[in-house]
Amino acid sequence: MSRTVEDRLVGLADVVTSAAAKKKDPEIQIPVRALSNVEFNPRKRIIEMKDATTARTFFNLGMAKKFMQTMLVADALAELQRADCTTSLREIYYRTKHTLKESSENTFDAQDESDPIIEDLEVTLAALREELNVAAEGRGSIVGNVVLVDDGDAIDCSKAGKSGHTVPSIVEEPGIRIKKVSADFVLLVEKATQFNRLSEDKFWKRHNCVLLTGNGQPPRGVRRLCRRIHDEWKKPVYVLVDNDPWGYYIYSVVKQGSINLAFESERMAMPDAKFLGLSSTDPEKHKLPRNVGIKLNDKDIARAKELLEYPWFQAKAWQKEIRHMLASGLKYELDALANKDFRYLTTTYLPRKLKDKDWLD
Amino acid sequence: MSGAMAKKKDETPPTPKLEIVKPPPASASAGKAAPGSSRASADKRVTAEEMAKKQREISVSEFFAKNRHLLGFDNPRKALLTAVKEAVDNSLDACEEAKILPEVEVKIEVAKNGGPPPAPSQAERFVVTVTDNGPGIVPEQIAKIFAKLLYGSKFHRLRMSRGQQGIGISAAGLYGQLTTGKPVKVISRTSEKKPAWYVEIQIDTAKNEPRILSKKQLETWDRPHGTQVSIELEGRYQKGRTSVDEYLEQTSVANPHAGFVYVTPEGQRVEFKRTMHDLPHSPREIKPHPYGIELGVLLKMMQDTKSHWLSGFLCGDFSRVSPKVAAEICQAAGLDPRSKPRSIHGDEAEKLYKAIQATKIMNPPTDCLSPIGEKAILAGLYKQIKGDFYTAVTRSPAVYRGNPFVIEVGLAFGTGQAAMAESAVEQEQAVPVAEGEEDEKSETQLSRVMRFANRVPLLYQPGACAVTKAVVETSWRNYGLSQSRGALPQGPLVIFVHMASVWVPFTSESKEAIADYDEIRKEIRLALNEAGRRLSSFVRRRERAQNEYKRRNIFEAYIEEVADACKRLKKGKLDAEKLKKQLQAMAHRLTGGEKTDELVNGKKEEPAVESTIIVTPEGPQGAVPAAGPESPVASPKSEPPKPEPKAKAVKPTMKGKGK
Repeated sequence: MSRTVEDRLVGLADVVTSAAAKKKDPEIQIPVRALSNVEFNPRKRIIEMKDATTARTFFNLGMAKKFMQTMLVADALAELQRADCTTSLREIYYRTKHTLKESSENTFDAQDESDPIIEDLEVTLAALREELNVAAEGRGSIVGNVVLVDDGDAIDCSKAGKSGHTVPSIVEEPGIRIKKVSADFVLLVEKATQFNRLSEDKFWKRHNCVLLTGNGQPPRGVRRLCRRIHDEWKKPVYVLVDNDPWGYYIYSVVKQGSINLAFESERMAMPDAKFLGLSSTDPEKHKLPRNVGIKLNDKDIARAKELLEYPWFQAKAWQKEIRHMLASGLKYELDALANKDFRYLTTTYLPRKLKDKDWLD
Repeated sequence: MSGAMAKKKDETPPTPKLEIVKPPPASASAGKAAPGSSRASADKRVTAEEMAKKQREISVSEFFAKNRHLLGFDNPRKALLTAVKEAVDNSLDACEEAKILPEVEVKIEVAKNGGPPPAPSQAERFVVTVTDNGPGIVPEQIAKIFAKLLYGSKFHRLRMSRGQQGIGISAAGLYGQLTTGKPVKVISRTSEKKPAWYVEIQIDTAKNEPRILSKKQLETWDRPHGTQVSIELEGRYQKGRTSVDEYLEQTSVANPHAGFVYVTPEGQRVEFKRTMHDLPHSPREIKPHPYGIELGVLLKMMQDTKSHWLSGFLCGDFSRVSPKVAAEICQAAGLDPRSKPRSIHGDEAEKLYKAIQATKIMNPPTDCLSPIGEKAILAGLYKQIKGDFYTAVTRSPAVYRGNPFVIEVGLAFGTGQAAMAESAVEQEQAVPVAEGEEDEKSETQLSRVMRFANRVPLLYQPGACAVTKAVVETSWRNYGLSQSRGALPQGPLVIFVHMASVWVPFTSESKEAIADYDEIRKEIRLALNEAGRRLSSFVRRRERAQNEYKRRNIFEAYIEEVADACKRLKKGKLDAEKLKKQLQAMAHRLTGGEKTDELVNGKKEEPAVESTIIVTPEGPQGAVPAAGPESPVASPKSEPPKPEPKAKAVKPTMKGKGK
């Protein structure tokens, strides 16, 4: 699809008019965003979307409202294109919300009705969210030997103090350029606590790296910036997360892409990213006492068992890693390292990991 | 009647001594045991003789003065309702017995206690006045009927009536007397040719005898015949559930042959018009049915009978026992049909009792019952409740413990066409709903159950009542309504359940709930099932049509949005109106086209089922009550009312008169 995003949005109106002219039920084919419609591509080592679609039709009581909502969102997105401005998911919700004529029914009752429709349109029109001018939540920080150019202003991330520079939610050309990366690698940290510790201790200076965090599951901006540094400057990426099923999954999303946004794996995933820690074997290696572990709850165990089934966790090392956690019955937070020493992470844990190349792939 | 007169004379010492027997002083009773120290008497043994001195009869009136909750006077609000209820029940019973179409006026006023009367909602004292056009009461009986507990004509007969024990109205008077000290005021007139009498009475609680404070002839009274009773009592007036308003509404539903006028404490005049112009057929007294007799009662009956032969006893003293059935019973019991009833004892009696239970005997005659009838229930519901669908079921009589009874069920469903039109208007003006706000639809409203026993509404204790239990255990989901486990069905439904019986088993004297006999509950359930089946075919049909209609409505609203969005997407270069028309045509075709129009607009309702009314925009269809003559109100001509309708009274056998 080489047409502009606007043309693609307008195309939806044509779907309706031409169907109506032929007295046919208007129909939009929307790719399915579910586990059933993704597939792990072992050659590219990323999660890819298969080509199953569902038809969203208008003259169907179950879908009529969604169809109407889809047209309203498409209209708002086209308006955004024409006005050349960027907005948030929430503003789209407010822009499209109104009460239907002669009733008290609203077009949308809550934002959780409009968000999935934007994702539907992303996949249907093969337009990235950034291309649709809709920004995800800006959440995440960067610090280290990188120079970015944001809207013409050069930003040196090594001179951004302890708290670092905020990662914008859209990090695409031409808005953002990566001018220079003198660091040797990227360290993507799950939580702000460890990011702050490493930033305060100037870990990035001593080990010449870029520190990135997304506060939990990294948002698109962080993943995309990481990927661009990885691609454009050929820097390896290491991921540091808690030792629990959710930490594993964060890593896997960074590495292979997510199920919900499988259509974006191609430009988000980093199949070469390494899992630095926390590994289920680390507590033994680093002599963490058992009492700083947390018992796995039922949800953790169920999630871990799901992970064992995912095709992208089939490597022997990974099966061993997850089973080891299940066998121990415990999970560990990165914060637990403070039990040894406040600076244990900076001075001992990470240097030893990097020196021993003690990571999982 | 002359007897009653004679009695009256004995009883009319103008100031009966209010003899309050004080318990003998403690010292007197302790005298024998401890002459010196009466103080210590508490520790001493009390002899049987001494105790005997304290043992004395308790007057029913005294008993009820202390236990007024048993009669429904537990709190001021309920007391007001109970007083109205007892008076109205008596009026209706009397009118029907005298074959007069009842016209009853209920007036509640705030009592004037000197100074300006408080607002009705704040007032604590009311005057309840109930006036009827009944046969009136002969002057000699007025005092006893209104001021003697357990006095009446209804206790000793197996026949259906509202009142049963002769407690109600005198208890109301007693309650008024206890709380305000004011006497009951009665006006009664038996015929146009005779004067009306005005009587003021109180109850002597120790003796359970009336005390007449004033008795005089009135120059004029505006009714040719009838009775008016006026009681001042402590009460509370509130609207809503279990209010006087609701009681009268329900009474009018169950008694469409009666007209009511209700003057509220606010002075508002509410009229409940008569919709049936025939009196219900008057019930007949019956003999007991063999199935309902307990062994002890059987033995007593055999002692008391005038028959010499067992077969004669069985045929003569019971209903529904033919000579053939009597022979069968005797054979099954291994007894000679010619044996003497008085000589049957012990094992033989037990065998006889078992044989009776094992023999197939026809159900008791049902002309002792006066069911409201499907037509009248429909009329009552249709008059009082807005709906789209009405149906009524009268079961054939059944028996519990030998007492015949009939269960009747009526259903009124829907919001009424008029209400629908109103809500459509409301919707147009609806305020847009903000996030987190609910669009408040009464979809989940619970249905309303109206319970009646012998045409009297039961307002209290729904949970303890067999009716509620039967309604709850009926699976309304089968009939197209939603229902949570152990709850009433949901939806705009009124469920009317009536039990007519010679003896309705209440859970308490205040007659609030029907006791839970298996036979009764089963009959109610069967009646509900039948009515439910009729309802379901209506609900399903209308639902189908409305779903299609709703679908089309939804599409219409969405078509606007979609077409407008398309037009904006195309930067205005689109004929949105044409697109709308194209889509609307498709919507119409896809949602059942003309057929839906018809179903929704009700042009093609299926032929009405028996005893069912379906309301369509063109008007009601089915067994709609005829408009009827406007006011064939009991004319004075309608046969001279018999005197003493209530005074047939046999004296209650219960001991209760103070000596």
